[in-house]
Amino acid sequence: MTKKSNIHALTEWNYTPAPESKIIANIAPRYELFINGKFVKPSSKKYFSTINPATEEKLSEIAEANENDVDKAVKAARKAFHSWSKIPATERAKYLYRIARMIQERAREFAVIETLDGGKPFKESRDFDVPLAANHFFYYAGWADKLEYAFPGKNPTPLGVAGQIIPWNFPLLMAAWKIAPALACGNTVVLKPAETTSLTALKLAELFRDADLPAGVVNIVTGAGKTGAAIVNHPDIDKIAFTGSTQVGKIIQKAIAGTNKKATLELGGKAANIIFEDAPLDQAVEGIINGIFFNQGHVCCAGSRLFVQESVFSEVIKKLKHRMKSLRVGDPLDKNTDVGAINSKEQHQTICKYLEYGIKDGAEIFSHPCELPKKGYWVRPTLFLNVAQSHRIAQEEIFGPVLAVQTFRTIAEVIEKANNTPFGLSAGVWTDKGSKIFNLTNKLRAGVVWANTYNKFDPTSPFGGYKESGFGREGGLHGLMPYLTF
Amino acid sequence: MKKITNTLFPLSSPRVDLVGVEERCAKFTSRSIKTEAKMQGLKMVLSMIDLTTLEGADTPGKVKQLCYKAMHLHDAIPDLPTTAAVCVYPSMVKTAKKELADSNVKVAAVATAFPSGQAPLKVKIADTQFALDQGADEIDMVISRGKFLCGEYHFVFDEIAKIKELCGNIRLKVILETGELGSLDDVRKASDIALYAGADFIKTSTGKISPAATMPVTLVMLEAIKDFYFKTNEMRGMKPAGGISTAKSALHYLVMVKETLGEEWLTNQWFRFGASRLANDVLMQIVKQKTGIYHSADYFSKD
Repeated sequence: MTKKSNIHALTEWNYTPAPESKIIANIAPRYELFINGKFVKPSSKKYFSTINPATEEKLSEIAEANENDVDKAVKAARKAFHSWSKIPATERAKYLYRIARMIQERAREFAVIETLDGGKPFKESRDFDVPLAANHFFYYAGWADKLEYAFPGKNPTPLGVAGQIIPWNFPLLMAAWKIAPALACGNTVVLKPAETTSLTALKLAELFRDADLPAGVVNIVTGAGKTGAAIVNHPDIDKIAFTGSTQVGKIIQKAIAGTNKKATLELGGKAANIIFEDAPLDQAVEGIINGIFFNQGHVCCAGSRLFVQESVFSEVIKKLKHRMKSLRVGDPLDKNTDVGAINSKEQHQTICKYLEYGIKDGAEIFSHPCELPKKGYWVRPTLFLNVAQSHRIAQEEIFGPVLAVQTFRTIAEVIEKANNTPFGLSAGVWTDKGSKIFNLTNKLRAGVVWANTYNKFDPTSPFGGYKESGFGREGGLHGLMPYLTF
Repeated sequence: MKKITNTLFPLSSPRVDLVGVEERCAKFTSRSIKTEAKMQGLKMVLSMIDLTTLEGADTPGKVKQLCYKAMHLHDAIPDLPTTAAVCVYPSMVKTAKKELADSNVKVAAVATAFPSGQAPLKVKIADTQFALDQGADEIDMVISRGKFLCGEYHFVFDEIAKIKELCGNIRLKVILETGELGSLDDVRKASDIALYAGADFIKTSTGKISPAATMPVTLVMLEAIKDFYFKTNEMRGMKPAGGISTAKSALHYLVMVKETLGEEWLTNQWFRFGASRLANDVLMQIVKQKTGIYHSADYFSKD
């Protein structure tokens, strides 16, 4: 009898593709504007295409709202405000709870559409974007009838109509961040999603309709910068809430100067992620990966500047390169994909431009040579070594899976370098020593400082920036204030 | 006391953050392993099992049955591998060797006053020597946890080095008994001591203490093996033992090995499961994959 082999001859163990089914994603061939509780045709009569950035296939076409349409939306919101702000707060809470539960019920559909339209890995849509969006509605539903307790003796009252403009990196989640506190406080909303990722906001509009949310309380107008400008410049809007680039943030601030419009701006970032020699290094490496490659680096608070203490530098880089090998880049719908597609052709060009800057400026590039799909927009997870503070890749926001690595010796040095940026949204600190963490959180000029973790979000926790990263806070009790007068 | 001669031995072990480790483990469990990958993984799991019986009530008859099972996991399905080894007490080594003579299944013997390790070194040496004399292919030793927790790391190091010296080319698995160590920082420290003292494998548990193998503990040990490899360019093996009884969790462990160390570690030369119940659950899954029918446990032999 021949001996049975007990050494399993193996070269590779590859995960079989595990794509989430698209069938659940009910995408109409065309989407209209959601104004006064109804889907209406745009007076511009124009439509633009929205594509799947992983395949470049057209998913649907979206109405383009012009000034007329925005005016209709604002009028509908103003009309709705009179009743919405007067109904008992517990009733408003009921609507918000209902919306939260309905998001949960339709979670899979939202997750699939978010991934199809934006290119982000399905596991992130499923485990991060959609559940967190539902949580924001749950959380602010709870505050609706407790505003007097949140701000005792201050007589909080709603502002009126809020114009909200959101980015393409977390489309549904950003809609939830904006809409939930606005409605809880008794305001009504005109919201514009980003032109490359309008679908989940429009699905949310369908959900509002199904939830019997009174007409005009939330209006969703789609379009590009012009539509956004129409919202910003509309005279009957009381507040602008914007998340997006610093460049557009500056335009908005100029446009509303001298008006009574309130504003919160959540803009760009170039966060320092700081690794001390006494850090739990393997977990820190996970934090670096999560900090810069989460959502392809399309994250305003991405840990895009890595500072590693000199004594552990080579060890950390070795571990980081090793870890990058196991990142799975590809079909965003595959449940095992870690890094998906770049959101748009424009963004792909921007990132590639910065890759060229990095190489030209003399930084050493490393990316794992994984195979990329032929169609669609893709960038390999990349890091740059030997980066100087004056390199553009260390100064400017790339908004892609590109990490600029620097070293430091002393705490004073790393604080100076970390703060030496026009941005101030977030930072990460990795050390085993609690006192070091508190020392740094006091000195880093960043709205959020994560200690021994990165990219953690919760509805109860405020989020927002310093300096050119904007002002105002979203989330938590602080997130109510921009939607109230006292 | 002997000095640590290996100049690469780290002055202090890296810190471990429990929250981060648990978060990473959760990501391994969310991998979707289906169809061919699942079948390949399940067979791989079978080939990595150290089929184990470590009871006071063990008899030659029981060990013989276990050996037969190790070689014939489920003959109704062709092309199944054998297990990697059977794991028994030293007194059963001879019986097992005889039964397994015609196979490639190895005989692993627990030694050094298993499971407590509460015996003087000369007793541990005699115990190990006996197992070797009986023909054991592999030795699974326990560390002195009491000494470790007292901070007598050199004692623990020297003991492992001494047993390895005795084993020579026979592969030595060093059981840390992580359920008694108390923290992941200690698990990491004990892993480093064992690796630099000469362990060929590091192993989580005896199976006699709860908790036995867990994913966080295994991840910390895999990271120690990775760092050892980065420093010395030498591969070492890992054996989680006890508490892994389902095919699903075994596949999660393989995902963890693949994504932490790499494909090279995915053979039974570098990765083992110490388990007695796992094999049947894997077999149930394999039969389900092949036939579409999920049989009850009564269709699989219990030895």
